[in-house]
Parts: sequence; C-alpha cells; structure tokens
Amino acid sequence: MSKTLALLHTQADGSLPKAALETLAAAVALGQPFDVAILGTGASAATDAIQGCGAATFYTVDDPAVAQPRYATDTAAAVALIQAAGAELVLAPGTSRFSRCLPGAAHRVGAQIDTHIVALKAEGDTLRAQRWFYRQRILGTFSRAARPWLLLLDSGVFAPWQGAAGKADAQAVAVTFAEDDQRTTVTGVQKPVADAQTIRPDAKLLFVAGAGWTKKQKDGQFHVGDASTLILDFLGKTQASLGSSKSLVDIQGEGQETLSFMSHMNQVGQTGSTPRHPKGLATCCHGEEPHAVGWRFINERRAVNLDPNCGWAQGKADVLYVADAFEVMTKVNALL
Amino acid sequence: MNGFQIVVCGSLVPDPLQTLEPVTTPQGPGLKNETMLPSVLDPWSAHALYEAANLAKQAAGSKVYLVSLGPKAKLQQLMMTVAQKVPFELVALDGSASGFTDAHGVAAALADAIAAIPGLDKSRLLVFGGCASASRDASVTMQLVCERLGIRDFFAGVDELKVAEDDSFTVLERIEGGEYLASACKGAPAVLAWATGNLPEPPNNPQVGMANMRGVMPSLMKAKPTPSGVGGIAYETTEIPPQKRQTRIVKDASADEIAKEIVEWINN
Repeated sequence: MSKTLALLHTQADGSLPKAALETLAAAVALGQPFDVAILGTGASAATDAIQGCGAATFYTVDDPAVAQPRYATDTAAAVALIQAAGAELVLAPGTSRFSRCLPGAAHRVGAQIDTHIVALKAEGDTLRAQRWFYRQRILGTFSRAARPWLLLLDSGVFAPWQGAAGKADAQAVAVTFAEDDQRTTVTGVQKPVADAQTIRPDAKLLFVAGAGWTKKQKDGQFHVGDASTLILDFLGKTQASLGSSKSLVDIQGEGQETLSFMSHMNQVGQTGSTPRHPKGLATCCHGEEPHAVGWRFINERRAVNLDPNCGWAQGKADVLYVADAFEVMTKVNALL
Repeated sequence: MNGFQIVVCGSLVPDPLQTLEPVTTPQGPGLKNETMLPSVLDPWSAHALYEAANLAKQAAGSKVYLVSLGPKAKLQQLMMTVAQKVPFELVALDGSASGFTDAHGVAAALADAIAAIPGLDKSRLLVFGGCASASRDASVTMQLVCERLGIRDFFAGVDELKVAEDDSFTVLERIEGGEYLASACKGAPAVLAWATGNLPEPPNNPQVGMANMRGVMPSLMKAKPTPSGVGGIAYETTEIPPQKRQTRIVKDASADEIAKEIVEWINN
C-alpha cells in the first residue's frame, strides 16, 4: 500500500472542521499505516486533539501566513507537508479551502488529483475510488496507478472520527513563502445579502422552494409577500436549510419581484449545490434539476405541487402531495 | 482603470435536459450518441464569460478571449448562439469535451493555448473559468491552468469581482454555510473560477453575433487537434444507479390532512 497521509486544516478558532474528522476516519478505515498533517492556526494543538487516531507521525504548519485561507500560501504549505511526509497517497477533506488550493499543490508535487470522492476501497496495492460525473448523473469507479495521488473526499460520506486526545509531539514543517504569495489578503467573511441565514448544511431537512411561489395564484394575484412570510416562518420553526430552483433565483436576476432572502447561494441542481440532508421537502417545484440533481443525496423526499403528473416528482419523490403549497404550508406552520 | 486581457476558459456540455447514458468506447467511457446530443456552453463558464464582458465594458481597452476545447463541429454549432451574447475572440482547440477526460491534460492544453495568444501581456491578464464543469465537475482545471501559467493568485467559486481605479480588486468567494470569503488582491495576473456571479444571461444581439463570427470561423478552421483522453485514470465502471422511487401520490386530501402528515414526518 502507498505511504498514506491524511492532510487536514484547522478553522479560524483552531479546531478541526467536521469534514477533516471525516477524512481522518476514512484514512483509519483503509487499515494501513498513515501519517497526519495539519495546516492552519493552532495546527499543533489540533494534532493533540486527534492523537489517538493511530497516525505514525504528525506534521504541522501553523505559520501566520496560513492563518488566512489564501491560495498561494495554502498551496505552498500543503506542498511542504506532502513532501515532508513523503506521501504517495493523500486523503484530504473537500472543503472550500482545500478545494481551492490542493489542485495547485498536486501540480507542484507532480501528483494526480481527484475530487468529490464518495467512496474508497483498498484491495492490496489498489485503491478504488468513486465519484459522480455530469453533475450527479453518472457514477464512476476508477483507480490510478500513478503516485502521488491526492483525493479530496466529499463531506457527509464518512462518519467523523472520534477518539482520545493526547500529546502528539507533532513535527513543525518550515515553509518559505515567496513575496508574491501574499499579494492577496483575506479581509473577512461575509454572509450573503439576505434577511436571515437560510443555508444550514447540518440541518435534518432541506426545504426547496420553486418558482411557483412567485407566480399568480388561483385568485389571479401575486402573493410574494405571503410566500416570504410562510417560508421564513417554516425555516424558523424547523431550522431547515433553504434550497431554491434555478428558475426562482433567475427571476431575481431578471428584476422581477421575488423572495428577497433567496440568492444564487441557495440554488440546488445543475449550477447550484447538491446538499446532503436526511429529508427534503420540495414545494412549487417542477423542474428536473431540483429533483434529479439537487436531490441526489437526500434520503427521504416529499413534494407539494399542483401537478399530479409532474414527471420529475414522480419517481424521484417518495410522496407527492397534489395541493396548494400556500394552504398546506400555512397549516404546517400552525401545527409546528 | 486600464484595460485587461481577459481569457475565459469554457467549453460545451450536453444540454442539462438530455438523458445521459454511459457507454464504453475504445478511448474509455463515453456517452451514448454523444456526437448527436445537443450542447450548451458549460453553465458556470457561461457566467464567467458574461462577467468578463461586463468587466471589459468598464475597463476601456480590454479584450475578451474565449478558449474552448471541444469537437470542432460541435463548437461551431455552439458558437451560433454563444457568439450572439457578448463580444469575444475565440481560440478553438479541436478535441474531446467528455467529462471522463483527465483534467491534467485538459489544463495543459488550455494553458498552452493561452500562453500562445499573440501579444499576451501577463501583467494585464485575468483568466476566468467556471468553478466546475457540468461534465467532469472536478473543480481542478482552473488551478492547474493557474500553476502552468505561473500565476500566484487564484479564487474559487467567485460571485463578485470589483476592480478599483488602481487596478487592485476585491473578490467574494463562496465558502461553506452560504457565506463568502472576502479578499483583496493587488491586481493582475490572477485566475478566477466563477460560480454564478450576479449577471443575468445577456439577450441575443445579432450585431454582436455577426462581429464575433468574423473571427470565429477562422479560429475554427485553424483549431489545433488536441488529444485529451482519460490520462492515467483506469475506469472500472460508469453507471447510472437506479433512482426510481415508488411515489405515493396524495390527490384528494385536505390541506389539514396533508399538513398533519408532513409535520409528523418532519418530527419523526
């Protein structure tokens, strides 16, 4: 088996994100000796928190330059860690930070890289990986003979590692950053322009709103204000995450009145996200994308819309309620 | 603000409404009737192209290039619509646009094509692309292009780019939890992989189309054959897992009954 490294990063508070612990669990599950490398603020303390994972050696980079998630410095630090560990197989979480920088690191160490990995299976010297192609439409199983090989794992696939803390005695790896590596400065984190935080990756329920909420209703009038109140009330009571069809967010771009708290960030499907939640409830949604692509990783699915023959809900949802979503959601909110 | 050379990387993908069926070909995995499938410009690359045109309008003296790797005949069809959207000069590469090709080979071809653009001034260069393709969906090609061009600043999942008078710029990148990472960069060169941005799709403009097509046809004529295969990937299977569910259709229930059932389901 190739010399394996679990490459992780810390968050701004020095802790490891859930996705990092999931990657660690994947490395442990391979059943082979492995090392751990961590970059970012508080990396050394973070190795202590996972000392019991069974890694042979811990490596860290916690230079102030990697306190910010910046491409050039993160890439240089990742290269230094991979080279220090002599890694041939690198497992890393597919966070926004590593998705940004690790392809560049792969290039610099002459490695191959694959992303969005949803399954791993080791058999002798061969490691098979699975990922989706064509936006969650085709599932591929593949391997590579070339090493080094970097694999970024999708979040939500592996259960996070849990175990004992201890003294990891991590080896600090020195990185020489070029002057040009710090042309970019991270100035902060912003929430999207919205009335409330509506994207909750860890929510048990995904609520998908379609363009039907902004169309004329049976009285011949628009009720966008009522729709906003109903949806926000529901989100507040259930702490669900809000998804949107493409057509709904496109309406906003075209200048029509729509839900003010909805942005492209909420969009699920072809040019949106494919979130993982145990349950999903779609309302006023009629397109393929929310149901086929946006719902790929939703376990239990229900839909409320007025079309009993909706080709995309039938066969994709477990239950299709043929009803007026305004009426149903009013009653749902009352019961909640 | 001085003019930029804005190079957009983007190719074609099957129309999202098409049903895709994987098949095995001598070159590796492919799609059934792939050459016959209607194509669109890769959606995130399309957003990048519209943002590039918008920036070019603001910064006088800018020029937009579209570097596109795909089968020449399909690129020609695609240009009939895309060329009507915004002004650009096409740099065409004749090769596979399959989602099963290796991003490393594709990135090498794109970087070589960008580097070969006559009069390229790296100090004014902004390379745009989509944050992922709707075919390979790997989110690695633009970083590999960035490295091959020797550029140190890369941004992923970009929704906003604001360029200041001194040519420095600020960027908003999508991160977890619906938040944005805000960054400030000293200026070009940089590579930006766009998410959706904030611009609607421009309406078709026949005049723009006619102007673009004067350059498109010669570019297609001299499109360099570009081998882009599966590289070192050994595919074992490509399949569409069964997704059909037995949908229970509830037609004649009252809103009260439906609401009660939904609430019980949510709470269980």
